Order: sequence, then C-alpha cells, then structure tokens
Amino acid sequence: MTVNLEPNIPDPDGFYDELLQAHATLSDEESDAFNARLILTLANHIGDRGVLRAAIEAAK
Amino acid sequence: MVASRYETAFKLYPYEKVEAQSGAPVRHPVVIVGGGPVGLALALDLGKKGTPVLVLDDHDGAGLGSKAICFAKRTLDIAHRLGAGAPMVDKGVVWNVGRVFRGEGQLFGFDLQPEDGHRNPAFINLQQPDFERFLVDAIRAAQDAGAPIEIRGRNRVTALQTHAAHVTVDVDTPDGPYQLEADYLVACDGARSGLRDMMGLSFDGRVFEDNFLIADVRMKADFPTERWFWFEPPFKGAGQSALLHKQPDDIWRIDFQLGWDIDRAKELDKENIRARVDAMLSSQTGTVPEYELVWTSIYTFQCRRMKSFRHGPVFFAGDSAHQVSPFGARGANSGVQDAENLAWKLDLVLKGIADHQLLDTYAPEREFGADENILNSSRATDFMTPKSKISKAFRNAVLDLAGKHAFARPFVNSGRLSVPCVYDDFPLFSTDALEGPAMTRPGAPCVDAPVDDGYLLDHLRGFTVLAIGGNKPQPVTAHGIETRVVHISAPSALLAQRYLGGQDAGVYLIRPDQHVVGRWREFDAQTVQDALTTSIAKD
Ligand SMILES: Cc1cc2nc3c(=O)[nH]c(=O)nc-3n(C[C@H](O)[C@H](O)[C@H](O)COP(=O)(O)OP(=O)(O)OC[C@H]3O[C@@H](n4cnc5c(N)ncnc54)[C@H](O)[C@@H]3O)c2cc1C
Repeated sequence: MTVNLEPNIPDPDGFYDELLQAHATLSDEESDAFNARLILTLANHIGDRGVLRAAIEAAK
Repeated sequence: MVASRYETAFKLYPYEKVEAQSGAPVRHPVVIVGGGPVGLALALDLGKKGTPVLVLDDHDGAGLGSKAICFAKRTLDIAHRLGAGAPMVDKGVVWNVGRVFRGEGQLFGFDLQPEDGHRNPAFINLQQPDFERFLVDAIRAAQDAGAPIEIRGRNRVTALQTHAAHVTVDVDTPDGPYQLEADYLVACDGARSGLRDMMGLSFDGRVFEDNFLIADVRMKADFPTERWFWFEPPFKGAGQSALLHKQPDDIWRIDFQLGWDIDRAKELDKENIRARVDAMLSSQTGTVPEYELVWTSIYTFQCRRMKSFRHGPVFFAGDSAHQVSPFGARGANSGVQDAENLAWKLDLVLKGIADHQLLDTYAPEREFGADENILNSSRATDFMTPKSKISKAFRNAVLDLAGKHAFARPFVNSGRLSVPCVYDDFPLFSTDALEGPAMTRPGAPCVDAPVDDGYLLDHLRGFTVLAIGGNKPQPVTAHGIETRVVHISAPSALLAQRYLGGQDAGVYLIRPDQHVVGRWREFDAQTVQDALTTSIAKD
C-alpha cells in the first residue's frame, strides 16, 4: 500500500480552517502537544505500517 | 588472597583447597569464569550432557543486593529442562494486574490474562540470589547423579593467555595462586568483566544519563500483588518515574528514576528514602503501612555490547558480552539464552561429533539477540526519559491519550517483557516448507503446548524429530547423532494451532536448545538428514 498523495479531502478550505481553529487559543507549547496527539490519533486510524512509512517519507 | 568485592546472600560454594593448586597446570575441556546466573546455567547444561566443566568464581555464593527480579517464560522453560525450574516457579510471584499512573491519577489498568497451555507463566518475580541458589541446587543434584561439574569458590582469575587452541589461566585463592589450562574458556564474569579488560577488548554503547534509586522494602501489610508504574510521580523528590513491584518473602521492589544531576549521598540517606517510600505506599490508601528498608542502592544504566562474543578459544556470555538497561528484564534472561546456545555446541564439538565451525555460529546468533534486546531496552529508555523537546511532546501526547483512548496504551513503554529472538535467515536453519504459524517458524524457540501427558517442551531433548498428525517417522541418524522421535498423532487444539496452523500434519526438526531447525508437510528421511547436517555446520 502506498500513501494517497492525490487530493482526497472534500472541502479542503473548510478542513484547513478547522485545523487552524483547533490551534487558535493555544500557546506554542500547547500547539506542539496538540499536533502530537493529532498525529498519533490519525496514525492509529491508518494503522498500515507501509502507508505510515510512506507518509513519513512524503512529508520529509 | 581473594578480597571480597561484595556481600553474599547465600554461601553456595565455599572455598576448598584442591590438589590441582599444587603441581603442573591441569587441562580442562571447558572452564567457566563467573558463577552468576549465566555461568551456572551453562555449567549445568554442559554437565548434564556429560561434558566436564569447571566453574571459577571469586566469591562463595550469590551476591546480596537488588539485581534481577523478573524472570521470563523462556528462562523458566530452560531452567525446567535443566531440572531447576519447579522451585523457581513455586517460590516466584506471579502477577497479572498492572496499573499505570501519571501524577495523581490512574491512566489505565491492565490484566495480562495468562495464555493457556504453557507449563510456565509469562514471567515470575524472584530475587536473583534465589534464582542462582536453585541453579546450584540443581547442579548438586546433577553432580550426585554423576554430572562432571566442579565449582571452585573464591578462585579469582587474575590473568589469561590465549594460544591457538587453548588458554592458560592464572587463578588466585586464599591459599595463593595456581595455573590451569582450558581448551575453551567462557567468560561469564559480568558487566565489569575483568577478562574482557585482560584481553584488551572494548565494550561500546550508550550510557543513559539517569540514576535509579532502588529500594527493596519488607512489608507485612496487605498490599495488592500488582505492578504499579508512575510517570511523573506526584510524591516529593520521586523523580521522573517510579515503579512498585512485588517479590517473594513480603519484599517489594521500588525504583525511583532520579535524573542525572543528583547528590548520591543525599539520595541514599535513609530519611530521604523513607520520605519517598512513605509517599508512594500511602498514595492510594492515605496511610503508610509498616515496612522496613532491606536494601537500597543507586544505579546508572547502559546499553552496550562487545563487537564480537568470541575471540579464539574464549567466549563471552551474559553481561560480560552485553549490557542493557533493566526495563524489560533482558539482562539475566538473555544471558541464560546465551548459555543454552553455547552449551550444546561446545558439547558436540568436544565429543567430536560436530566440527569446530559449529562454534563459529554462537557469536553471530547471540549478537543478533543482544542487538534486539538493546533496541528494545533503548526504546523503553527513550520513552521514559525523552531526550528532546519533540520526543517529550510525543511521549506526553501518548500519556494524555492513553488515559482516554485504548489505542494509545500500547505506545506506553516502561519496558517490554523479554522474549527470545528468532534466528531468521541464519545459516544453520532450513526454509519453511510447512508454511505453518509464524511463531514456530525455523529459527524460533519452540512454544509450549499441552500434550497427553503434560507439556510439549518436556519431550524435546537433544535433536528431536517432532511429527504432528501423519505417520510415525523413523529416527534419523547423521554424523553419530540419532534424533529422538516424538509422534503426536492426535494433537490438542492448542498444539495444532501453534504448530500446524491450517495444515493437517507437520514434521519438525528441533535442535537441543529447542529452536526449530526446519519444518515440512511430511517426513522425508533424506531431507531431515540434510537439515540435521546443516544444523551442526557440516557440509
Ligand atoms: C537493579 C537491577 C535490576 C535488574 N533486573 C533484572 C531483571 O528483572 N531481569 C533480568 O533478566 N535481569 C535483570 N538485571 C540484570 C541481571 O542482574 C544481570 O544481567 C545478570 O546478573 C547477569 O548475569 P551474569 O551471570 O552474566 O553476570 P553476574 O551476575 O555479574 O555474575 C558474574 C560472576 O562472575 C564473578 N567474577 C567476576 N570476575 C571474576 C574473576 N576474575 N574471577 C572469578 N569470578 C569472577 C562475579 O563474582 C559474579 O559471581 C538487573 C540488574 C540490575 C542492576
């Protein structure tokens, strides 16, 4: 399995906004903590080690 | 003179003067230096096979103090094969319930339901001196039955010289020095191995910048038999993590992770220790139970190993060869696996059955095992002591999530329990022609399973052909080795699940350390014979 690098989120502007909103009231440190929790939650949902590895590579 | 470097918990092999101390050096097939868990297990294994072995230890028994307490199933399986397992399991504490706390609150609890169909539990808690004592008891029983094992207490090796095919050893005793010779010498002399230094060999790796205060306390109070682990413990001065664990004899092991910059003398002050222990023991109930401090010490830990575990006629096994942080209890457990790997190889070579090439396979197999253990224990250490801002952010994210969501709990790492390595793709093993379950693939240690009259592992001694279902095979003979044949025509459900998977029948060749050499759908004498030849490094 490879990671999907084509557009895949309906309403990208809406999602982007939601993501920033979640950080709106956070300090830098709280934002780092939030990002870490979010990454772990998403990674668990994906589950597939091949996809996760490809995503880590793609994000470098 | 042999000055004592530490106190002993039990006197197990008092010094006795032997004739060999005067006169010309006597040659021994195998000399083991060090009577810790690893040296003793190796001596017992070799002696029970009939190969003469001499153990030299510079004390007269098991060292006192806080060392290993957690012994894993594979170790107990090995000890059982050697006749030392039953008293360990009888005395050992078995626990299933654990709790993980962070600060004041509990993040989650877990219950490790024991898996059915194994003689031994996944692990027991037992003090290391008792583990060593039970090995010595088994050695005494084996000696009575004729096993050629000798232990010389207060015999310290002070120098050695290696020659092409033997070693000369200088030994000091209370009656002065003497010399002896060995065809093979096994250095089981612990993490500070003097033999390693005498041979000018290095021991490289990572030192973790952390100090652990270990307190063993005796407490008669009713306290649950559970493992409690704290991240960011709320008790004053308790450090970054803390662990509470039960041992036999009403003793509890308490660890405090104190960090790097500490004042050792101050931390070891009894009042300071008691203040922390009081806070921990009362944290769940509000009252401090009565207890007594039995032993306290401060440790730093490292993960390192020798580049090669063999140098000519000298082998290194246990802590002398590799050292890990204690999270996951991999020190003694993996050392006992070194011993069992080396025992049958030395035995076959000394009996002239296998060629010396077989001994070349010890180091790569066990170096691979050591790397796996170092990897696991480094990962646990990195989780417990995050080294950077971002690793701390992820670690804390895991802890934040673990309190709320089950998915994050497997990330919580305060040490993964020691499991033996699988020798995947090593040259002594054959390809998997059965295509059975992964857990019993070639290279893997056999897992236990119920059979009619008890447990499978009891039947696997020496080289064994194990046939499950199908017809009873003929014994296979090669190079003077005759295999045992174990035929189980109607396997239990668990045996079938662990050894057949979806297949109707299977044939396994298993070597003396109970690792699977090869497996097939049906018996073919030539195929099994070839696999046997390969497994002892003959061409
Ligand atoms: C706090 C702590 C907790 C631990 N917890 C665990 C755990 O839960 N599970 C686990 O598996 N491991 C654990 N370990 C690791 C475990 O204690 C070691 O891995 C184990 O003792 C190694 O055994 P060994 O036989 O290789 O060496 P050692 O036990 O060190 O024995 C070496 C022996 O050699 C003798 N010797 C040394 N030099 C000479 C010489 N020149 N001549 C003659 N004799 C000599 C010594 O006196 C000693 O008897 C823990 C360690 C510590 C410190």
